[in-house]
Amino acid sequence: MNDREKILEVKNLKKYYPAKHGNYLKAVDGVTFDIYRGETLGIVGESGCGKTTCGKTCIGILPKTDGTVYFRGKDIHRMTRKQRFAFTKEVQMIFQDPYASLDPHQKVYNIIAEGIRIHRLAGNKTEEQKMVLELLEMAGLLAGHASRNVHEFSGGQRQRIGIARALSVNPGFLFCDEPISALDVSIQAQIINLLMDLKKEKDLTMFFIAHDLSIVRHISDRIGVMYLGKMVELTDSDTLYDHPLHPYTEALLTAIPIADPDISAGRKQMILEGEVPSPVNPPQGCRFAGRCKKCMGICHDTEPVMQEIEPNHWAACHLYGRKEK
Amino acid sequence: MGNLLEVRNLSVSFFTYESTVQAVRDISFDLAPGETTALVGESGCGKSVTSKSIMGLIKKPGKILEGSRIYFKGQCITDFTIKEWERFRGKNCSIIFQDALASLNPTMKIGRQIIEVLNNHDTGLSRDEKVKKAVEMLAMTGIADAAGCLEKYPHELSGGMRQRVMIAMALIGRPELLIADEPTTSLDVTVQAQILEQMKQLQQKLNMAILLVTHDLGIVADAANKIIIMYAGRIVEQGPAREIFYHPVHPYTKALLDSVPRIDRDRTKRLRAIEGNIPDMANPPKGCAFCGRCPEAMNICEEHAPVLRQIEGPHAAACWLNELHTIHGGTDA
Repeated sequence: MNDREKILEVKNLKKYYPAKHGNYLKAVDGVTFDIYRGETLGIVGESGCGKTTCGKTCIGILPKTDGTVYFRGKDIHRMTRKQRFAFTKEVQMIFQDPYASLDPHQKVYNIIAEGIRIHRLAGNKTEEQKMVLELLEMAGLLAGHASRNVHEFSGGQRQRIGIARALSVNPGFLFCDEPISALDVSIQAQIINLLMDLKKEKDLTMFFIAHDLSIVRHISDRIGVMYLGKMVELTDSDTLYDHPLHPYTEALLTAIPIADPDISAGRKQMILEGEVPSPVNPPQGCRFAGRCKKCMGICHDTEPVMQEIEPNHWAACHLYGRKEK
Repeated sequence: MGNLLEVRNLSVSFFTYESTVQAVRDISFDLAPGETTALVGESGCGKSVTSKSIMGLIKKPGKILEGSRIYFKGQCITDFTIKEWERFRGKNCSIIFQDALASLNPTMKIGRQIIEVLNNHDTGLSRDEKVKKAVEMLAMTGIADAAGCLEKYPHELSGGMRQRVMIAMALIGRPELLIADEPTTSLDVTVQAQILEQMKQLQQKLNMAILLVTHDLGIVADAANKIIIMYAGRIVEQGPAREIFYHPVHPYTKALLDSVPRIDRDRTKRLRAIEGNIPDMANPPKGCAFCGRCPEAMNICEEHAPVLRQIEGPHAAACWLNELHTIHGGTDA
């Protein structure tokens, strides 16, 4: 796995926001991971864990506080104008709220064609039209939709427009921030299937952020679990669900309701007590220590580091001791 | 055992300048005392409007149509006066909503808001007794520092805590029915698990019935005895939870069950998407509302709406497929 080409290399990324009394809100506090070509990396975590901030900092929408992010070997926070321009063609985003992320007064055609025009991907008007229609069809919309205004569309259709817009410049990397959480259950499956088909068809690399673990598992090859600005576990999807190492991951997994009364009644739920501490003043040591059922003395003093506990299975937890490098 | 609540031919429409939206169209169901019934459906299917009708909370331009009847322990509540409603709410039946922050008064301390509920009902308690009762109730919902919580404002609490406060407020009058309208939708999964567990415990302690309104079949599987599935303002299927999960009859119920990814299933399996969108309720289709998206739709589905018919025991569905075996010209409007 490790000989594959790394598209995105994130090292010790930090993003702090100034808070009251000279303190800092540590939204992302030292996160390290790589995304390989052609894979889907999912990030899960509860609200406030820093997953969206992490994603946005990784693709340069937000400035970083510390650490480095390399996209195909280039530091994305130190790009020239020209490099940045090329980067925006390579990396595209799909947002959570299909109502806020599309200008309601624009015609669908213009929304999709904008990227094509900016990057001069079409030689002439007819070519542009052909491209837009192809994109619409690919996203499951009709040619007739091109001339309509965005406000005429439902949430699911808007998300399709957002996907067509993102793919209009033929990117290799797609960043999806909770792309389906604003949609109804029956529509969610449509969009997930569409994203998975497109990924295969266009050989996309995807960075997928969501709070819904069952959806992340369905779509991702590898999953990172975040808690209070830190990544606590990172491994491939099936391993994470079959054999989680970090107690937080375990709690998160058992908290997911399963739509089956027998299985639901038969399994043991690990109900976490308390709530996520404030990211302004996070606990010393392991950030999960206060809520962890397997907490030991060391957890309150020393912060655990991410270690490769089993091949390709990383976790930051004292339960697994300390491996000397 | 008599029913706690009986809803008969409930129809609710919203009369706007532009059109009349038929949010709920002629639904009937019963709730048994002490049981949890789940009302499941997507946004716009009329599940929240139904729950608000039971609490007398439908406001203009909405209107409960003529002929709709709701009975609470045999008493018809649809033509209650304002005074009667005030006595009913909180004491017989309470409701909690999805957004606890919007339901709480941001300028009032939690203690005052909870005690207000007791003040509204003639409890004959002294102030100290009321405070004691409020602390007891908050502690019962799992708030560690219940006495300290009374002195806090809603914005000082986290989402999970606010929802606990809402539950405490709803239950302090010891109602026989609690309507929980998407009680955990805005919460994280680990907090959701806490709240659901708490609700279950409280239900046993206080022996109340719960009407759980939700779109999430996962939380239903764990909590509900009975399930009612709504689509476009109508009940499409209802029955005991196990029947609905293991022997669903209506194509919509089946599709709904297959469209959510599950962590206990093979993840390479493609999800079943329900194509198309929900119909416009200002102009609902003449026949079955699901027929435009139904993989098994027949000609009759477009023309005539199926009625809810018994399948086995309390399990019923509104689908023409279901009638194929028995039908001999049984159409209806």
